[in-house]
Amino acid sequence: MSAAGTALDEAPPPLPPRGWSGQRIAGHVLVALWILLAIGLVWFLVTSWNLPLVEKYGPGYLYGLGVTVGLVAVSIVIGAILSIPVALGRMSKNPVFSGLAYAYVYFFRGTPLLAQTFLVYYGLGAFRPELQSVGLWWFFREAWYCAIFAFSLNTAAYQAEMLRGAIESVPRGQWEGAASLGLHKLQTMWKVILPQAAVVALRPYGNEVILMVKGSAIVSIITVYDLMGITRFTYSRTFDFQSYLWAAVIYLMIVETLRHGIEWIERRLTRHLKR
Amino acid sequence: MSWGPEGWLDDIAYGVFVTVSLALATLPVGLAVGFLVALAKQSSEPSLRLAGNVYTTIFRGLPELLTLFLVYFGGQIGLQKLFQLFDPGATVDVSAFVAGMIALGVVFSSYASEVFLSAFKAIPSGQYEGGHAIGLTNWQTMRLVVLPQLIRIALPGLANLWLILLKDTALVSAIGLSDILRQTSIAARVTKHAFLFFGFATLVYLVLSVISSFGIRAIERSVDNRDMRR
Repeated sequence: MSAAGTALDEAPPPLPPRGWSGQRIAGHVLVALWILLAIGLVWFLVTSWNLPLVEKYGPGYLYGLGVTVGLVAVSIVIGAILSIPVALGRMSKNPVFSGLAYAYVYFFRGTPLLAQTFLVYYGLGAFRPELQSVGLWWFFREAWYCAIFAFSLNTAAYQAEMLRGAIESVPRGQWEGAASLGLHKLQTMWKVILPQAAVVALRPYGNEVILMVKGSAIVSIITVYDLMGITRFTYSRTFDFQSYLWAAVIYLMIVETLRHGIEWIERRLTRHLKR
Repeated sequence: MSWGPEGWLDDIAYGVFVTVSLALATLPVGLAVGFLVALAKQSSEPSLRLAGNVYTTIFRGLPELLTLFLVYFGGQIGLQKLFQLFDPGATVDVSAFVAGMIALGVVFSSYASEVFLSAFKAIPSGQYEGGHAIGLTNWQTMRLVVLPQLIRIALPGLANLWLILLKDTALVSAIGLSDILRQTSIAARVTKHAFLFFGFATLVYLVLSVISSFGIRAIERSVDNRDMRR
């Protein structure tokens, strides 16, 4: 064998041993702490496992999960539809439209979602005679409809800003190029601009879905029995702390699944950008 | 129904005071913890990174309201068990303000750690090497070289988090702290003018965030000015 061959066969020199630096000790202690907490959580949930209790309240959790998912899905879709005129208004050159859209977005992004929900549910409830005369009382009487109403308006404001940001992130040359090919504005928007904007908007949209899942917990305060509402109900009946811990586990699983799903979609959509 | 100094306005003013002081009390805690978590997450030690990432994953994944209840009720039960080891008859009441501060603090810090982390990534390693080359210790490099740049990069993200924090304080009304929303709820229930009072509450929040954005702009300008002079 030649000398070059032996040189290639030789193993690389071993890495210098990593000493027990202060950082490493601190890191191991913290990880050990998390592991202890996890074991403690599992131990607590296992030892306080109570079959009659689970049989009684378990189905409620499933129902609550369904309510949470339904609330988020419906509000996100309605919000997406509402966000289109708002985003167009924000981009409009007409000061009246852009001013109105700006005020809308500023109001809903500048105030807490909980206050908005109260304003719709309790506030509009004060106009009961008027609402009854218009025939809208059945809608604003139900906490569920009020929650959807408030959440849709809220997420529409956030989604409008995302849509605007994504559309404006597409360079002007794309518009000009499409115009020189003879596409009209709607075609340009649909075939040229939106596909490019979608890649930019995906991450903010994903974050908005996650924020809505987390934000939807507040509807439990206006007596909607979503996952959080069921949890509070169960706790008020049993005074068993595991009711909150189960809710935490379920919420964490939903959010982590969503987060990884969005990352996967983003990786697929941006395949052509990777080298 | 009387709407004056002897009416509901002073109660709502107290609510504003509670909201603002809760947000202001949470801010330094959240910033400090967030910075430490960011340090852990950008460290070269894998176990520290793992510990930091677990922290962020948990507290960004839980709804803020649930975190609040976990801290409030969990803290109460946990402390009660702990004290009953020494004194079997002891009962513990966790202050809603402290529970709110801790819950909002951990949520704020987990988001802040992400902001700091991306700011850390924006600082080239030459800055650290340069600091070491002129004989500064690790701590001095951090304080004199890295931090001034880091704050400038992280400022817009942190300002955004402050506005979110201000809105999240509304949740503490659910555990009985007399913030803006709780005070207006009481007023609405007593006077039956729900729309008026909740509308007023949203306006107060709006005013607070307008004031905040002015403050943020002033801070940004002063940071920029300092850079200009250098």
